[in-house]
Amino acid sequence: MFNVIRKWLDERFGWEELMAPLRHKKVPLHKFSAWYFLGGMTLFLFGIQVVTGILLLLYYRPSANEAFESVQYIMTRVQFGWLIRSIHSWSANLMIFFAFAHMFSVAFLRAYRKPRELTWVSGILLLFLVLGFGFSGYLLPWNTLAFFATKVGTEITGQVPVVGHAMLVFLRGGEEVTGATLTRFFGFHVALLPGITTALLALHILLIQRLGMSAPPSVEAEWAASPEKKREMSFFPNFMLREMMAWYIALGILGALAAIAPWELGTKADPFAAAPAGIKPEWYFLFMFQTLKMIPAKVGFIDGEVLGVLLFGLGGLLWLLLPFFDRGERRSARWTMGALVFVVAYVVAMTVYGHVAK
Amino acid sequence: MWRNKQLTRALWLFLLAFFGAAFAAAQNAAQPNTCVDCHSAMDAPLKVTAEQFAQDVHAQKGLGCVSCHGGDATKDDPDEAMGKKAGFRGKIKRTDIPALCGKCHSDAAYMRQHNPSLRTDQLSQYQTSVHGKQLAKGDTNVAVCVDCHGVHDLRAPKDPRSPVYPANVPATCARCHADSNHMKAYKIPTDQFEKYKASAHYEALTVRGDLSAPNCATCHGNHGAAPPGVSTVQNVCSTCHVFQAQLFEASPHKAAFQAASMPGCITCHSNHKIVHTSDTMLGTAKGSVCTDCHSEGDNGYKAASEIALHLGKLDTSMKQADDLVSKAQDSGMEVSEAKTDLDQARDSLTKARVTIHSLDVARVKADVEAGLKTTEKAHEAGTAALQERDFRRKGLGLSLIAILIMLVGLAMYIRQIEKPQART
Repeated sequence: MFNVIRKWLDERFGWEELMAPLRHKKVPLHKFSAWYFLGGMTLFLFGIQVVTGILLLLYYRPSANEAFESVQYIMTRVQFGWLIRSIHSWSANLMIFFAFAHMFSVAFLRAYRKPRELTWVSGILLLFLVLGFGFSGYLLPWNTLAFFATKVGTEITGQVPVVGHAMLVFLRGGEEVTGATLTRFFGFHVALLPGITTALLALHILLIQRLGMSAPPSVEAEWAASPEKKREMSFFPNFMLREMMAWYIALGILGALAAIAPWELGTKADPFAAAPAGIKPEWYFLFMFQTLKMIPAKVGFIDGEVLGVLLFGLGGLLWLLLPFFDRGERRSARWTMGALVFVVAYVVAMTVYGHVAK
Repeated sequence: MWRNKQLTRALWLFLLAFFGAAFAAAQNAAQPNTCVDCHSAMDAPLKVTAEQFAQDVHAQKGLGCVSCHGGDATKDDPDEAMGKKAGFRGKIKRTDIPALCGKCHSDAAYMRQHNPSLRTDQLSQYQTSVHGKQLAKGDTNVAVCVDCHGVHDLRAPKDPRSPVYPANVPATCARCHADSNHMKAYKIPTDQFEKYKASAHYEALTVRGDLSAPNCATCHGNHGAAPPGVSTVQNVCSTCHVFQAQLFEASPHKAAFQAASMPGCITCHSNHKIVHTSDTMLGTAKGSVCTDCHSEGDNGYKAASEIALHLGKLDTSMKQADDLVSKAQDSGMEVSEAKTDLDQARDSLTKARVTIHSLDVARVKADVEAGLKTTEKAHEAGTAALQERDFRRKGLGLSLIAILIMLVGLAMYIRQIEKPQART
């Protein structure tokens, strides 16, 4: 049956030719091969987000008066609405986790080296977009925690020198977090960000297809010395089937999380209520939030928060340009590795500290 | 030459400024408070320090020792400062204190200059109080203004350090009223403060920090302090407990209590030791206040029993529904609507507990029925949520089995397609 369809397609627009690069694509096999699964896993979870997000759109209403009630309706009245919403929320968190893990694995395996600099840059931009999805999506249920987290988050944006206030007003749709903020966050979440992400994701995947998969420098050196040791696996179907197994496991975990720990809805946002004590952002923003909290109010002549925002801005830019600093020499590689270890240790430590701190 | 002229002019200016400042300082120093100079070095009760007096609300408004005691605080010589010529009044007699304070505090025109919102009827109120009447009879043991408000470091009542700050009033009254020696001559109990400390009112005032909670002055009055009469006690309670008082007024208890000379609210709730009410106060079981007057067979006994039964039914039903809904919530189910229903049921129970003051069984039953209806709704929602939870878990089990089968299938397929490669 499949063969008949394949032949039919092949006769009309050269299906076999189109699929040839996939068949020829090879996955290097070595002791770090397991890390290759992370990118695919992030992509799979992004797919889940798209599908569940579209389903949520059927019932969600993006206004301050109706948003909370519509999510409550989805969670209680809509058939399997609880499953879709819980999977959407859990999958969002897992996707961000895997995006970070994928990024760090690429960094440690130094897969960003020439000729893959642009793959890294597009990947980092995708991570920023994913964080944008997280930030904008968090407000959509219009509950107390989301409301105040958005208030704090947008306030931090307001600290950016010169353009900060304009950015704050643009994000909030005014001076305060109101229904106008919800409406534009909805717009960002379901139209603007998906549009840019799709284009960038296509470029990211195209680059991977074009450049193939990178083997770590140590493995490459070993294979160059003794070519008989080189081991590879066909991407399609061998690696793809293994990746599907990982996706099935992820699906099972998502289902279990949704059924055993459905995502909480909380209480409806009340703009006139006092902010809950010890309010914190989502875990993926915690390391930045905790750092900003720890910087003194004034550092010399500069405002502590402004300094923090500037430092994170600079850090983000340096991170984006990482491939251009690692020139491949031994010394430069050692420096890059040291910086990577520091960044991971800092992010993990600050996230844990931010989680336990009051 | 020009330079020298400039210099001389600057020198003159400097000398002028210096002597000007010295003159101003001398002017200030010319108005000393010699009273405090001496009294700060004396032993109690004559000791008044400058720090202490600086805290005094009168001192902050510009009044000094002489405003009450007369004399001349600018004179260093004690004979001159406290001489008759200077109008020195010395220690004010206790019987004269209210009138002395009233001289300013009853003068609306004068008080307006300092605190326009302050009442000016304290003296006339005091004269109607038990304290005031006793003082008029020459009893100097009763409280006068300074006993409650303090003296020399007298603070505004809104200052938490003031003895008449709402939370401090009970202890201030207790200074005399809990002193059995002091109260011996008046033959009135001295356990009011101890009892009050066990009350719900004291808890609200001190634990919750609710300054609007009743203290002694709320029920007895402050300047016009007197015990409320038997027939008017419910008027005192009704200033806060409005609905209960209205229902009591229209209830059979009103006439019955009047006939038996029993005070309204306090017959069941006591006076100083007003503890948190509970449903055990109702009905015919042990701990009920109804059985203090009613006995088996009379209508009151029957009504008490029925009212307790209705309230108990709603309370039990609510607890069961709450357990169920909480269990569903702990399982991660969205039950906020059921929680709102339970809040509504709680409101009905509170309303029914107020309605009991009417002693109308039908009215209490109506409130309870309304509560039972919403409780039932919450109960159904809780049951449905738990069933849904079980359904989800079963669904999860089946899905995981399906996923496992897929995984096994994929693993077998991979093995199969990779077999020839292994052979080659």
